Amino acid sequence: MTELLSVQGLRVDFVTDRGPAKVLDGISLDVAPGEVVGLVGESGCGKTTLARAILGVLPAGAARIRGGEVRFKGTDLLRAPAGAVNDRVRGRAITFIPQDPFTSFSPLFPVETQIMDVMKWKSPRVGEAAAAPSPFRRYPPERYRADREAVLEMLRAVQIPEPARALRSLPHEFSGGQRQRLMIAMALLPQPDLIIADEPTTALDVTIQAQILRLLRALVKERSVSVLFTTHDLGTAHEICDRIVTMYAGQEMEEAPTDAFFARPAHPYTRRLLASVPSPGGEIRDIPGEVPSLIEPPAGCRFHPRCDHATAECSRGRPALQTLAGTAHGVRCYHPIHEPLGVDA
Amino acid sequence: MIPSKRASTASVVWFVLTRLTRDRSALIGLVLIGALLVSALLAPVLSTHPDDVLELHPAERLKAPSRAHWLGTDRMGADVYSRLLFGARITILIGVIAVGASLVVGVPVGLVAGHYHGWFSDLLMRMSDVFLAVPQVVLAIAIAQTLGPSLPNVILALSATYWPWFARVVYAETRALQKEVFVESTSALGASPWRLIALHVLPNIASPIIVRASIGMGFTILTAAALGFLGLGPPPPTPEWGRTIAESREFLPDAWWYAAAPGLAIFLTVMGFNLLGDGLRDVLDPRLRRGGE
Amino acid sequence: MRLLALVLHRLAWFVPTLLGLLVVTFVISRVIPGDPVALVAGETATPAQVEALRRQLGYDRPLPAQFADYVTRLAHGDMGTSLFTRRPIAEDLAHRLPATIELTLAAMLVSVLAGIPLGVLSALWRDSPLDHALRLVTVSGLAIASFWLGIMLQLLFAMRLGWTPLNGRLQGFPPRTITGFYLVDAGVTGDWPTFGAALLHMALPAATLAFPALATLVRFTRAGVLDVMQSNFVLYERAMGLPRFVIVWKYILRSALTSTVTQIGLLFGILLAGAVVTEAVYDWPGIGTYAVNSILRSDYNAVMGFTVWAGAIFIVVNLLVDVAHTLIDPRERAT
Repeated sequence: MTELLSVQGLRVDFVTDRGPAKVLDGISLDVAPGEVVGLVGESGCGKTTLARAILGVLPAGAARIRGGEVRFKGTDLLRAPAGAVNDRVRGRAITFIPQDPFTSFSPLFPVETQIMDVMKWKSPRVGEAAAAPSPFRRYPPERYRADREAVLEMLRAVQIPEPARALRSLPHEFSGGQRQRLMIAMALLPQPDLIIADEPTTALDVTIQAQILRLLRALVKERSVSVLFTTHDLGTAHEICDRIVTMYAGQEMEEAPTDAFFARPAHPYTRRLLASVPSPGGEIRDIPGEVPSLIEPPAGCRFHPRCDHATAECSRGRPALQTLAGTAHGVRCYHPIHEPLGVDA
Repeated sequence: MIPSKRASTASVVWFVLTRLTRDRSALIGLVLIGALLVSALLAPVLSTHPDDVLELHPAERLKAPSRAHWLGTDRMGADVYSRLLFGARITILIGVIAVGASLVVGVPVGLVAGHYHGWFSDLLMRMSDVFLAVPQVVLAIAIAQTLGPSLPNVILALSATYWPWFARVVYAETRALQKEVFVESTSALGASPWRLIALHVLPNIASPIIVRASIGMGFTILTAAALGFLGLGPPPPTPEWGRTIAESREFLPDAWWYAAAPGLAIFLTVMGFNLLGDGLRDVLDPRLRRGGE
Repeated sequence: MRLLALVLHRLAWFVPTLLGLLVVTFVISRVIPGDPVALVAGETATPAQVEALRRQLGYDRPLPAQFADYVTRLAHGDMGTSLFTRRPIAEDLAHRLPATIELTLAAMLVSVLAGIPLGVLSALWRDSPLDHALRLVTVSGLAIASFWLGIMLQLLFAMRLGWTPLNGRLQGFPPRTITGFYLVDAGVTGDWPTFGAALLHMALPAATLAFPALATLVRFTRAGVLDVMQSNFVLYERAMGLPRFVIVWKYILRSALTSTVTQIGLLFGILLAGAVVTEAVYDWPGIGTYAVNSILRSDYNAVMGFTVWAGAIFIVVNLLVDVAHTLIDPRERAT
């Protein structure tokens, strides 16, 4: 297994009044070390659910994991002992950048409190052999000082002005972009192997988005950190990702290196997605039809009701992963299209 | 929340009932209240010694619970169980009339104070603050004592001290509604204030009022019992529950059933109304599901 | 700045509200069937003596004049004389105040120290046996008549088991008066036997008083915690693997408490209302029994005095609660 993260056949249901909603339908996804993977899909396709499933923070009452595995450095996180996963993986080897940085800080404490709490338990200087966390564990003063120095340095790296003063400020005193920089800093400080970033720029002004994306990419490449980056915006994916995976209604449709993805998309859904992005002088071409119900989803490939190329076999079973010859380009479709984009709709 | 497009009353009631029965504790509340109503209405039929409300049997006094007297007898030899059932009538009467009167006074006050702005509204709300500044119990005691112990006076005292709660709720909701678009636009279209209030505001504040009324029943019954306990309620031989508890004190610890029974009756009754009120709140406005009053 | 504005606004309304309260109680006390002066004069008094008394007490003057008189004297701290004890009411109240405050504080302490953690646990272990048990307590807490609970506790613990005394604040001599709080005074002077006795005397009344307050606190804390548990920052901290006890007791509790603090004001109201009835059951020599006895004896001056005092306390407490709330939530501070 050379992959850092390998999600295999993950199935997650959400409990609703009208029956279980099959939000993730056997989705598979890999992230290699040092790679930035973009997970692209419309709102409601299950990107956030997948992110939360990997992190292990699905809503306990509402969500049920029905099958599959999430292998991280060889270990299946879903079946490993919960305590060990919480202490050694979460916040250390895998960190998180949330969608809304404002509400991700407790409004009652200065940001320093939350950052230093993360450092107290997750700093790279914490001993590996530490016993289970206890309320009586004190923060050794030398480590505190070293950690705080590291925090200030990281704040400078993410371009927060006056880091010392910033630490003492309350979350609402920062701008949206600054808060997200803080989040990026917190995600990098534990020196993780993988960052799960769930639509981190969606809540930001368009003008700030590009800045933040470039900053994030620069920082993770410097440190060889992998990123799983979810978004519904193709432009964002293009900006920052090495490889892109499209997702529709809980199923992955296509995965390709960024250039190939945009030049030669093979899956009909991907092609529709790309075509629907408005361009100057062009018209917006929506994908006809509606996002399917997850309680009674279409059988087989879930996109088939809206697909121009669908045939009978598309509803009988999900297509297997096909790798296009000699490339790292994979697609799950019975009728992949081989022409470059621009030839058809 | 009941939508501002007026659904028919029947469908709203049906909606509420079906939702309510799914909630287990609300169902328990309904059962308890049902039991109270049945006890009150059918007291003559259900009681084993219906005449004991008026007659005395000193020879039988303070007997322990037995087959003849399910909950024992009191200091006058009367059957505790039967007097309890007739006491349910008093309880319901007090609760319904007191809460009803508070509603009739409090809701219009709240509507007017909420709808209009300016010194008059402030004055109205300050007046209700005055009544809320002192614990309801104290004020009710003062009023009841002044007027003398009797059933109507207790009801009067309770109504006079509970109406501010309705006024407050209605005031808050009316003010909140004013910010809603549909109120602004209806007003801009020139609808008269009365029309606005009757057709648009009232249906929307109905839910908090109903919830408050149910919870208010519980509070009122407790305060009424306290008044009875202090001797300010309807005088003997009226089998009011609070007074019965007071009477029982000197015979403790031996005649424990004498004190325990009416207290349990109060407990079950108030709990019934509280559970119902919570259930109604959950159904009518899930937004308010946090703890509340 | 906002704090100052809030305080000033409340103070501005303090006087009119209090005045309004006075008017209401004054009207109640004067517009009554029967003649309080005759009551005080006694059955053997002649009509002439009753009239003389009436003039002496100022009850013959027109009502508005009497009211103005009363308010003026109140402004000088004179609440008038009790018709019954013939002592200045302010003195009577001051004498009995420590007993009520000690009881109320004890009850508040118990309900807060037990109620908040229980509420948190109830929310964390939702639908567990503990949660169900606590919800039962919560619902009962507001459905049980205080006076009945007091009587039942007396029945069980004092009469049947003999673990605590039946009523009263203390038998025998009180400890040397420093604060007027028996527990504090006894503890400070090292008078441990008295301390123990006072504690035992206080056990049942405090428990009776605390019960509804405890129920309310558990309920609100539970709801507050459940609400905060849905927050994004809780999700973030979970995703970053922070230990559970840090998330719960540091972050969730703090957020849930901001709404609980407001409830403490409500709590005080419940406690004070309960104190009146509870003191009556246990013969506790506090302001509550004073109020009840004054009312039952038609001692209207005393009733007025009590009402003024209680009203003022309430308004002040509500103000303090608002201030505390502003202090706890830094968002409010920053305008």
